[in-house]
Amino acid sequence: MGQVNGAASKPRTIIEKVWDSHIVAQREGAPTLIYIDLHLVHEVTSPQAFAGLRERGLKARRPDLTLGTCDHSIPTYDRTLPIIDKIAETQLLQFEKNCRDFGIPFFGPRSSKQGIVHVIGPEQGLTQPGMTVVCGDSHTATHGAFGALAFGIGTSQVEHVLATQCLLQNPSKTFEVRVEGTLKKGVGAKDIILNLISRIGIGGGTGCVFEYRGSTIRSLSMEERMTVCNMSIEGGARAGLVAPDDTTYNYVAGRPAAPNGNEWDRALSLWRKLPTDDGATYDKSIYIDANALEPMITFGTNPGMGIPITAPVPDPSKIGDPLERETLAKALRYMDLPSGKPLLGHPVNVVFIGSCTNSRISDLRAAAEILKGRKVNPKVRVMVVPGSQQVKEQAQAEGLDRVFTDAGAEWREAGCSMCIAMNGDQLAPGQYSVSTSNRNFEGRQGKGGRTFLASPLTAAASALTGVVTDVRTLNS
Amino acid sequence: MEKFTKFTSRLAPLPIDNIDTDQIIPARFLKTVSKAGLDQNLFCDWRYDAEGNPKPDFILNQPEGRAAQVLLAGDNFGCGSSREHAPWALTQYGFRAVISTSYADIFRGNSLKNSLLPIVVSPDAHKQLFAAIEKDPAATVTVDLAAQTLTLPDGSSVKFPVDEFSKHCMLEGVDELGYILQQEPAIAAYEAARVLTVDTRVVG
Ligand code: SF4
Repeated sequence: MGQVNGAASKPRTIIEKVWDSHIVAQREGAPTLIYIDLHLVHEVTSPQAFAGLRERGLKARRPDLTLGTCDHSIPTYDRTLPIIDKIAETQLLQFEKNCRDFGIPFFGPRSSKQGIVHVIGPEQGLTQPGMTVVCGDSHTATHGAFGALAFGIGTSQVEHVLATQCLLQNPSKTFEVRVEGTLKKGVGAKDIILNLISRIGIGGGTGCVFEYRGSTIRSLSMEERMTVCNMSIEGGARAGLVAPDDTTYNYVAGRPAAPNGNEWDRALSLWRKLPTDDGATYDKSIYIDANALEPMITFGTNPGMGIPITAPVPDPSKIGDPLERETLAKALRYMDLPSGKPLLGHPVNVVFIGSCTNSRISDLRAAAEILKGRKVNPKVRVMVVPGSQQVKEQAQAEGLDRVFTDAGAEWREAGCSMCIAMNGDQLAPGQYSVSTSNRNFEGRQGKGGRTFLASPLTAAASALTGVVTDVRTLNS
Repeated sequence: MEKFTKFTSRLAPLPIDNIDTDQIIPARFLKTVSKAGLDQNLFCDWRYDAEGNPKPDFILNQPEGRAAQVLLAGDNFGCGSSREHAPWALTQYGFRAVISTSYADIFRGNSLKNSLLPIVVSPDAHKQLFAAIEKDPAATVTVDLAAQTLTLPDGSSVKFPVDEFSKHCMLEGVDELGYILQQEPAIAAYEAARVLTVDTRVVG
C-alpha cells in the first residue's frame, strides 16, 4: 500500500483510508486510477485476458504481485489420475502455460499449496491489512477480513491489472454493518451474513462497500470474518471488510509471505492507523442484534431468500408488487416447495461442505464435531472438500479425514467443486442439497439442482438425519 | 470495439427480478479459453429443455424475441458471478442494450467495456415498457447514447444516466486499457513511493 496519511483533518472510515492511499491518478472526466497490491488469477476468468496481452504484445507488469492457482474447473478426485474432462484439461494446461509465459508464480494441480483462490491468499500470508486485492472472481471480498479493500473484477479488468497493475474505479459508498451481542450456541458467522442478506436483499449493497464492525465481529476469528466478508457480493456489495486488530495481526504473523523483522514492525505501525476514525460517517448503516440470531437457511433461488431455520417459507400471495411476487413464485416452483411451512424435515440428497465460504480448518472441525462417532444417513451423499491442500493436510494431521470417512462422507481434494459444479461434482436434476457454499441460483450446483445454503453445523446435522435439521435439536 | 451508434429495436422482455449471471451463461460453459460461441448457450437452461430442444414459451425462441437488440429485464439484472462471459454471450447473440431499474455493479462495469449499454429507467418507465410490449410485441424503442435518451413506444422519451468516461469510450469505440497505458509516468511514480509490498515469488 501507499502512504496512509495519519494527519487528515476529516475523520475517515477504513474504506476511505485504503482508497485514498491507492490513488495513482485522478483526471477530469475519468474514473480514479488506483493501484492494486495483489492480483490473484485462476483458470476460468483469465484465458481471454492473457490472449488480449498477447494480441497487444504486452507483458505482465508485476508478476511479483500476481499469483495463479487452479480451483474452479479442477477435479477433486485423486490428482495423480488423468483429467477425464478434456475441455477442462485444456483450460488448465492453457492456464499453466499462461502463467509460465508471463512469469507469474502459480500453484499447479499437483502443488501442495493449491487451493481455492480465496483460501490460499490468506493462508500464504499474501493478504494483508490496508491492501487492494483483486481477482476475476466476485468472492474476492473474502480478503476484506484482513482490512483490505478486495473486490471481484471482470476479464477485461484482469487484463488491465496484468498490464498496468492499475484499475479505473469510481469510489464506492460506505455501508456500516454493525453487529452487537453474543451469538447463541449453534449460530455462527454464516448465519450473520445470511441474515444480513435476507434483510437488505441481494441488491441492497449495490454501489457500496460494507464495513462489518461491532462487538460480535470483533469476537470472530479470522476464518469466521472471512466467511462473513466472503458473501458481501451476495448482498450486492463489491467488497466488505473488517478493520484489522490483534486477531488479524496474530493470524498474519509468521506466514510465508508476511513481513518479518523490522519490516513487521513497520507494517504493524501502518496497519494500526487503518481502523475507522472516531466521528467518521457512513452513507448507509444497518444494525444486527446478534443475541436474536437463529441458524439461517435459504429456501429459494437467490441468497437473499433466507429464513431462520424454524421459520416458514414465505407465501407469494402475500406480496403486493407483481414482479416481486412472480420472482418468489418462480423460485418456489423451481425449488418445488410449498410456502407457509418451515424447511425442517425436508429430505436432502446431497450435503456439500466446502467452498471459499466454509472450507477452512475451523469449518471442517465444526462439521467433524457433529459427525464424530456417528454415521451419515445412507440415502445422502456427503462431500467434504477442503479449501486447499494445506487445509487438507492439517485436517488429516488432526484425524478429521477419518472422522468424515468413518461417518460415510467423501473426503476429496481441494477445489471449488460443487459450489460451481464445473468439474463434474454436481447435483442431478431435481436433487436437493444442503450446502455450505454461497450461491443457490438455479442450476448453480448442477442443472436442475436445488440448493439450501446453510452453515457447516446445519449441513453436518442434516447429513446425519437425511433431512433439513436444526443442529440444536440433535441428541448429543 | 465498434462505435456505439443510435438505433431502434424491438424488445425481448424477461419480467424477472435478480437475473443472475449463472442464468445468463451457466458455469459449465466457462471452461472455454476463448470468447467464441457463448451466444449458443445464452440463457441455456431457460431456453432449452432437458433434451436440448428450444422451449417454445421462452422469449428468445419466439420471433419477437429473436429480432430484438434490447433486453427488457427485472430489477438488479446481472447479479452474482463476475463472469464477463455474460456480456460476451449477450452481445454475440445480438443484444446492444439492456433496460432495467438497476444492475449489479460488476455486470454493469463489464457490459460498458463490451459495448453493451445497461440502461437504467425509473420504475414507472419500466412498468410502462412492460405494458407496451404486452399490448404490442412488435413495439420498439430508440436508444441514443450521445443524447442519453431512450424513446419509448409511445414516442415519449426518458433520460438515462451513464458516466462520462464510459460514454466516451463507447461512442468512440476505444477501450480503457489504452487510456491506462498512457498514464505510465503516474504509475511508475506511485510504485516508487509504495511503502509496503508483498512478493508472490516467495510462495509460488
Ligand atoms: S468456491 Fe465457489 S464461490 Fe468460491 S471461488 Fe470457487 S466457485 Fe467461486
